[in-house]
Amino acid sequence: MVAHSNHEPASGHDEGAPAAHAPAGHGTGHGHPPEAGFAGSPWVVLLTFILLFGAGGWLLRSFPDTVPFAILLLPLLGFTVLALFGDAIRDQGEGAGACWLACGTVLTSFALAVATVYRVMQFPAGDTGLRFTQPYLGFEWIAAGPFRVQMNLLVDNLSSVMVLVVTGVGSLIHIYSVGYMSHDPDRVRYFSYLNLFTFFMLLLVLGGNLPLLFVGWEGVGLCSYLLIGFWFTKKSAADAGKKAFIVNRIGDVGLILGMILAFNLFGTLDLVDLVSNATSLTEESLWQFGPITTVCLLLFLGACGKSAQIPLHVWLPDAMEGPTPVSALIHAATMVTAGVYMVARLGALYSLSPTAMTVVAVIGTATAVLGATIALVQTDIKKVLAYSTVSQLGYMFLACGVGAFAAGVFHLMTHAFFKALLFLGSGSVIHAMSGEQDMRNMGGLRSKLPWTHRTMLVGCIAIASVPPLAGFFWKAEILWSAYKIGGWGPYVWGMGLAVAAMTAFYMFRLYHMTFSGTFRGTEEQAHHVHESPRTMVLPLQVLAVGSILAGLLGVPAILGDVLHIPNVFERFTEPVFEAAHEALPQVFTAAPPAHTIEMALMAASVTIAAFGIALAWQLFQRHPEVPARIASSAAPVYRLLLDKYYVDEIYQAVFVRGLALGGGKTLHAVDRYVVDGGDGEVRPGLGVNGIGWFVREVVAKGSDVWDRYVVDGLVNLTAAIFDNMSYVFRSLQNGLVQHYALSMLIIILFMIGIGSRFIL
Amino acid sequence: MSPTLIQHALLLSLALFAIGVVGVFLRRNVITVFMCIELMLNAGNLAFIAFSRAWGNLEGQVLVFFVLTVAAAEAAVGLAIIISIHRHKDTLDVDAFNLMKW
Repeated sequence: MVAHSNHEPASGHDEGAPAAHAPAGHGTGHGHPPEAGFAGSPWVVLLTFILLFGAGGWLLRSFPDTVPFAILLLPLLGFTVLALFGDAIRDQGEGAGACWLACGTVLTSFALAVATVYRVMQFPAGDTGLRFTQPYLGFEWIAAGPFRVQMNLLVDNLSSVMVLVVTGVGSLIHIYSVGYMSHDPDRVRYFSYLNLFTFFMLLLVLGGNLPLLFVGWEGVGLCSYLLIGFWFTKKSAADAGKKAFIVNRIGDVGLILGMILAFNLFGTLDLVDLVSNATSLTEESLWQFGPITTVCLLLFLGACGKSAQIPLHVWLPDAMEGPTPVSALIHAATMVTAGVYMVARLGALYSLSPTAMTVVAVIGTATAVLGATIALVQTDIKKVLAYSTVSQLGYMFLACGVGAFAAGVFHLMTHAFFKALLFLGSGSVIHAMSGEQDMRNMGGLRSKLPWTHRTMLVGCIAIASVPPLAGFFWKAEILWSAYKIGGWGPYVWGMGLAVAAMTAFYMFRLYHMTFSGTFRGTEEQAHHVHESPRTMVLPLQVLAVGSILAGLLGVPAILGDVLHIPNVFERFTEPVFEAAHEALPQVFTAAPPAHTIEMALMAASVTIAAFGIALAWQLFQRHPEVPARIASSAAPVYRLLLDKYYVDEIYQAVFVRGLALGGGKTLHAVDRYVVDGGDGEVRPGLGVNGIGWFVREVVAKGSDVWDRYVVDGLVNLTAAIFDNMSYVFRSLQNGLVQHYALSMLIIILFMIGIGSRFIL
Repeated sequence: MSPTLIQHALLLSLALFAIGVVGVFLRRNVITVFMCIELMLNAGNLAFIAFSRAWGNLEGQVLVFFVLTVAAAEAAVGLAIIISIHRHKDTLDVDAFNLMKW
């Protein structure tokens, strides 16, 4: 701390890495060693990494079954150390040690996760091709009658993918944060929250039963709240944190009720048992199984809260008040996809209920459209990305709703890559622009931020479904899955196509407003603009490579057959969704259309994406004056979109004003005049006061007489007897030792007298 | 030892003891009461010695030493109590010491 406060005025606004500052403080005569401090020195960082990796390797060799627990608990360990010794670590080397400790735990988790997934793949596959392991901590967590919850994890084809995404993207974002948060004095707290979040997210995806998943679910919600409100002295940030927390609670009520009902129906909450119990239902019992729809819808309400779907989507855009790496990790790549993960995980359950599937698909489509349309006009760079995330999450639910669970999860994975990339890129831009988030004040950053520009371009192309990047493949897969189910499928397909066009448009609008044209910011900002430090650029580069390559894992069959590229991803996750896919024909009865149609649809989606990109280029690169004219000529629509369909205002009016205040007044009146009843003074009534009057006037007074004259009478009588007797005995006990001795003497003489009568 | 002598010794012991008892009950000064207790103890001692002499063994005399020892200890404790009471009450009148009641 001493070193920090002493050099701060001297180094002023220098943008260098934190460790570079530290030597500046040693000359001030406080007896500090010339090094950057024990925990900040690179050797300690290296040693920590070697120790962590060594311990992980030993664990992997000796006790492979405990490794999933190690993956889970390492970030918790990091959090514990930072939370308990954070102050001590911060005093050393300006907290660089804390940053690298946090990165080290997550990186080690990632390494162990890779090893574990490799090991699981080596397992002999069962009949279904599912390879899984259920490490068990050796004790029962809850045992209450028939309700039993084990402390076990589930590592299978699906959770492997999720764990890899969470730890992989998570560690990149940890590294990025080292650079991004280098100016923040509260870095240690930030990294401890980030580690805690990673722990809870891993618990969510690894938990072997719904209650464990729920613990992770609530935990990530908590960390989301803490990190959104990380700069809690800013009122908007604190409010956004509260909003996220409260909106999530609404969804969580659904999740809890769904869990209770699921336990009633299936007698278990273990994920594996749940799916096998659901699939073993016979066809007759199945269609009479109304409650299963209720279970699915209640669980989906929880997913809506966490994954920001209509009507609970309002918290996600506000969540952008948090630090940008947090937006990337929690509000784009991992936490918000928890709902999709859960729905996909319980796909076998959902595919038993056509109603639930329809609801999921409709809500997903509606959210995709809503998010995409709002993103068209937003000017805050992070708000555009936030609404894009809302829209893409809607796309994932759309996929689940039409039974394309594998495609949904594939989208989840690739989205984690390119959306994290885009958020981190926008963070890099904001960092360079000294906190500016309004794209109207940017422009022309291409030459000043070369790497940020390149990587963000990759992200934009990936999300805009240009082949052969990730976006193209999953969009083709999802849209085809929607189209082929018949019924309302083609409508969903049409909506999805429109969303794809809008996505391409708003992403390239963002790109052009930020990187093309001329710089529109202030002199001060222009002077400051600089490429971000290495710790920030490296994760961008890795994520860009990931965004390019990830798509090749999931090439749809129709193209893969031609190009001889297998759909690795679908083949890998298929066993998890097999139960769900088997039940689907009962839900979607239409015969699949011909392959030529699939090709045509794919071409349509490419064309429309190209159209969106070209339109954005025309409007924001070539004729920058046109958008303003369009906005003024379609002013009502523009305002509607800019103000996000007034959803927040409606909620404010209906729920906060209407329900909370109006309802409060009504309830007050009911309370005052019906429940209280009577005026409590003279007039008897039926309410509380009336009964109170009756009790006071009749019951209490009668009881008073009985008490005073009968009960007290007996008590006083007893007391009087003893009181009077006491006058006799009191005189004996006067406290004078001589009198006591005299009584003793008299009694002794008396006894001797009696004794001698017998003896003599 | 002649029967007369032991009779005399016992009568003296009885007289001393009676004086002690009367003193303990009637005197109002704590120090005097305390001295009367010592008197009673010494009356007991005299009786022991007389009997020891009469029976021709030493056990009575041994017992006297024990009594003397205990008396010394008792004197120490008793005087300490008296001092502490005096500090508390500023008087040595036994009638002032009436704390031993409910």
